[in-house]
Amino acid sequence: MNNPKTIKNIEQDLIDDFSLFETWEEKYEYLIDLGKKLAPLDPAFKTEDRKIKGCQSSVWIHSYTKDGLVHFEGDSDAIIVRGLVGLMIMVLNGQPSKEIVGAPLEFINTIGLSSHLAQTRSNGLRAMIKQMKMDAGVLG
Amino acid sequence: METEGTYDVQAIRAQFPILSRKVKGKDLVYLDNAATAQKPLAVIDALVHYYSHYNANIHRGLHTLADEATAAYEASRTAVKDFVGASSPDEIIFTKGTTDSINLVAHSWGKSFLQEGDEIIITSLEHHANIVPWQMIAAEKKAILRVIPIDDNGILDMEAFKAMLGPKTKFVSVIHVSNALGIINPVEEIIRLAHEQHAVVLVDGAQSSVHLDIDVQTLGCDFYVFSGHKIYGPTGVGVLYGRRDLLESMPPYQGGGEMIKEVRFEYTTYNELPFKFEAGTPNIADVIALKAGIDFINSIGKPAIRKHEEMLLEYATAQLKDISGLRIIGDVKNKVSVISFIIDGVHPQDLAILLDNQGVAVRTGHHCAQPLMHRLGIVGTTRASFAAYNTLEEIDVLTQALNKSLKMLL
Ligand SMILES: Cc1ncc(COP(=O)(O)O)c(C=O)c1O
Repeated sequence: MNNPKTIKNIEQDLIDDFSLFETWEEKYEYLIDLGKKLAPLDPAFKTEDRKIKGCQSSVWIHSYTKDGLVHFEGDSDAIIVRGLVGLMIMVLNGQPSKEIVGAPLEFINTIGLSSHLAQTRSNGLRAMIKQMKMDAGVLG
Repeated sequence: METEGTYDVQAIRAQFPILSRKVKGKDLVYLDNAATAQKPLAVIDALVHYYSHYNANIHRGLHTLADEATAAYEASRTAVKDFVGASSPDEIIFTKGTTDSINLVAHSWGKSFLQEGDEIIITSLEHHANIVPWQMIAAEKKAILRVIPIDDNGILDMEAFKAMLGPKTKFVSVIHVSNALGIINPVEEIIRLAHEQHAVVLVDGAQSSVHLDIDVQTLGCDFYVFSGHKIYGPTGVGVLYGRRDLLESMPPYQGGGEMIKEVRFEYTTYNELPFKFEAGTPNIADVIALKAGIDFINSIGKPAIRKHEEMLLEYATAQLKDISGLRIIGDVKNKVSVISFIIDGVHPQDLAILLDNQGVAVRTGHHCAQPLMHRLGIVGTTRASFAAYNTLEEIDVLTQALNKSLKMLL
């Protein structure tokens, strides 16, 4: 499915959504909810060599192309990180490879995720993004 | 000092500046004491005072500052000697920490005394610091590393240990108190049994030194090691207690200044104990401030602190057991003030993130004991560990924060 919105459009939507959250609880409930709704990844793709090992949890990203656009599926054993996977998929799914590779993804700082998630955990986020961009580069 | 009712936890808290800070807008509830303890003002002041008033290199200078610094450094050694009940300050070696102490012994003792086919015994509860150095020296010497099994509650299988012991057993290195579960191991019996086979015993006291009364002569261990930062002292300083004859028989670990008597290009003779094992300029400031940490403990008394911590442990255990789906790992009688738990369907990392947002600092993960987690069939736990300054109110905050987190997650 072609995503009619650009990465920048979706980032702006998220910035708007997050600006409505007044407490840390709302932010995390949103992420937890995203994590719960994320479609489970086929266990065949949850292999050891595709595992992005974080400090305490693991992430798997499965990437493929359809109609010339890059698509992602993903999973994690921890629910908040799963929510982050869902968030990144929301932003990058169905976009052209070149756009994904070049996306600065500034919304992460704007919505306050980098400060809300401690250093090691945003490193996990960084590793996740790095993998998605690398996959997009290879697939593109 | 240990009479009932006189334990003034607020007066103790007042000595710890960090306890009045906020985290994410909430009062800090620090329950990660098994990782590192917070520092009383006396320890912080000792560091500042040293650098502001008598910073100098020790043991070699002839000026006033060097004299004062040397005296303070050696006073700390004497305080440590008393803290663990050693017979002489010469048996106290300052290191960087528990890890450094174990590496020193594994390397120096192992190099001289281990031979192919010899056996080293550790337990299933070990911290990586008491596993990896032994794997390294065992690989080098073609020695064999054996592991005392545990039951599902984390209790050591002493029958298996007895069966393991034999003439091949050369070294037994055991964790006194489990950092992951809080369980106190029967080290007295382990030492007695190992000594019957003439094996040398090291006790990893990283977790026991702060809670239990330690007398190395009564224990009868050959080495006892711990870290300053877990006994309210600074990071970067640790202790190796070693029996004098053993330390004397061991070669130096590192070469350099301080540890020598005489150096020529053709040969070097080594200094006496304890300096033989303290090459280079030591961590003078932190060693000096370590005494302030010990003085803090002594000012209250370990029995009084223990009584307070046991009360906290009992209260917290009862509170946590009321949470549905929560299971305490290592729920045994003989333990220090550590509660390690898992909750059905909840990843420890999610819990840690949500607790942190409520000002509560706990530790989650494998606690540097991956083989133990593997044995117990879990990826990790959430661990709350209590210290002299924690309160019942803080445990209420923990319980409320846990309940709130679970509501958000489940
Ligand atoms: C039982 C045990 N052994 C060893 C260590 C390592 O101590 P350090 O990191 O201070 O060297 C720790 C610290 O977590 C510990 O709890």
